Parts: sequence; structure tokens; C-alpha cells
Amino acid sequence: MVTNVTNFSRSGLYDWMAQRVSAVVLAAYFLFLLGYLIANPGLEYSQWHALFSANWMRIFSLLALVALSVHAWVGMWTISTDYLTNMAIGKWATGVRFLFQAVCGIAMFTFFVWGVQILWGI
Amino acid sequence: MGSGYCCVLFPTTLPCALGLSSVKKAVKSQRPVNLDLRTIKLPITAYTSILHRVSGVILFVGIALLLLALDTSLSSPEGFEEVRAYLGSPLAKLVSWALLSALLYHLVAGVRHLIMDSGHGETLEGGKLGSKIVIVVSAVLIVLAGVWIW
Repeated sequence: MVTNVTNFSRSGLYDWMAQRVSAVVLAAYFLFLLGYLIANPGLEYSQWHALFSANWMRIFSLLALVALSVHAWVGMWTISTDYLTNMAIGKWATGVRFLFQAVCGIAMFTFFVWGVQILWGI
Repeated sequence: MGSGYCCVLFPTTLPCALGLSSVKKAVKSQRPVNLDLRTIKLPITAYTSILHRVSGVILFVGIALLLLALDTSLSSPEGFEEVRAYLGSPLAKLVSWALLSALLYHLVAGVRHLIMDSGHGETLEGGKLGSKIVIVVSAVLIVLAGVWIW
């Protein structure tokens, strides 16, 4: 049996669930923003600023940011364990895979902090 | 497995010594021996699955651009106009369309996953049909997105 210590929750089933729950949150956020932009073709700064200053939008955005972090980690982890294997890239696969996962983790953490700064900096 | 066990448990018994090749063949015929994706002809379901992953990676990289645009557009009225002006350029329109296409495909393929999780379209035929529906629906949405952007 292969044991994994780098996946999100140490459990494939929980990862599967986290992937779905975060996906639904992200779908709702994306569809809302897309609908908002389509419904407001002549969008002005004041309106845009007011939207992202509203408390409910901050909560919705932070929720989406958390969901994005989980979703991206599970997805990138799955891809790395499927393709960055000994069979595909040789004996250094474990090291390469760990490095790739580390870069993804740092990138996602940076995105998260950046997003929080945007939301609370306005 | 059948007689294959004799080799493991009693490696020196007669049937094993005599029938080694036939045992090997019997074991092989029941097992998937090739899992190397690069050497297998891929069905349509594999292409929609790989596209789901490719679009996901594109979006992961694209988060940086989306955050940059959001950050600048919310920083000041000047920043907002800067982003608006930049989004009018042909290159930015192309990149926006590419990111929006990746998002729409990822969304449609993701909804299919949720439908399959609830037990629909899990057969071989159902999987193929689902893949075709994903391609058609996302293609229509991607064209509409292009119309919206240009």
C-alpha cells in the first residue's frame, strides 16, 4: 500500500469531499462575478469599490480564497502524483515531485495573503 | 491465480517446474500490465479528463494575473481606468478569453464530476456521452465568452 503524507487531509475520501465543496463555492463566486460584470457593462470605480467594500462581499471573497487554496492544492497534488513519477521522469521523481508541490504550496500561500491584502486594504 | 500459487508456496513441486510458462501466461492475461499513459491510445473520456487538468493548471497560473487586475482596479480610480484601458488591448483580450475559456471548461467538466458523483453517467457509454456533452456545452460557452469580450 502506498502511504501519502503530502496530500491535503491524509485521506483520499476527505480530499475528494474537500475538492467538491470548494468547487461549489468557487463556482458560485465565479458565476456571481461573471453575472455582475455582464449586468454592469459601464461599471464605474465607485460601484466596483463599494461592491468589494461590503462586508458580505468580503466574507464571500475570503470564502472563495480559502476554497481556492484547498482546491488548487488538491488539484496540483493530484497532478504531481500522477505525472511526476519514477516511470515518467526517472529515479529523481520523488525529489522533483516534492519540489513541485513545495512551489505550488508557496505560490498558493502567496496568492492567499495577496488576496487578503487586497480585500482588507481597500 | 489458480495453479500459480504452487510456485510461491511450493517452488520445487513438479507442476510448477513443468508448467512455468503456461502459469505465467495465465497470470498475465488477467492483469493490467501496461499503465503507461504515453503508450496507450486515449479515448474521448481521457481527453476531457486531461483537458480538465490542463485548464486547472492554466487557472492556477492565471490567479496571479486575476489578483493583479483586482488589486490595481481597486487601488484607486486611476488604477481602475488603467485596468479598463489595458483590457481593451488585443493581447489582454486574448489572454482574458483564454483564462475565461479555461474557467468555463473547468466549470462544465467539474459540474459533470458532481453529476457522476451522484451516480449518473458512470457506465462506459454514459462516460463517453458525458464527455461529448462537456465538449459541446463548453465550446458554446467559450464562443459566447469570445462574443462578450470582443
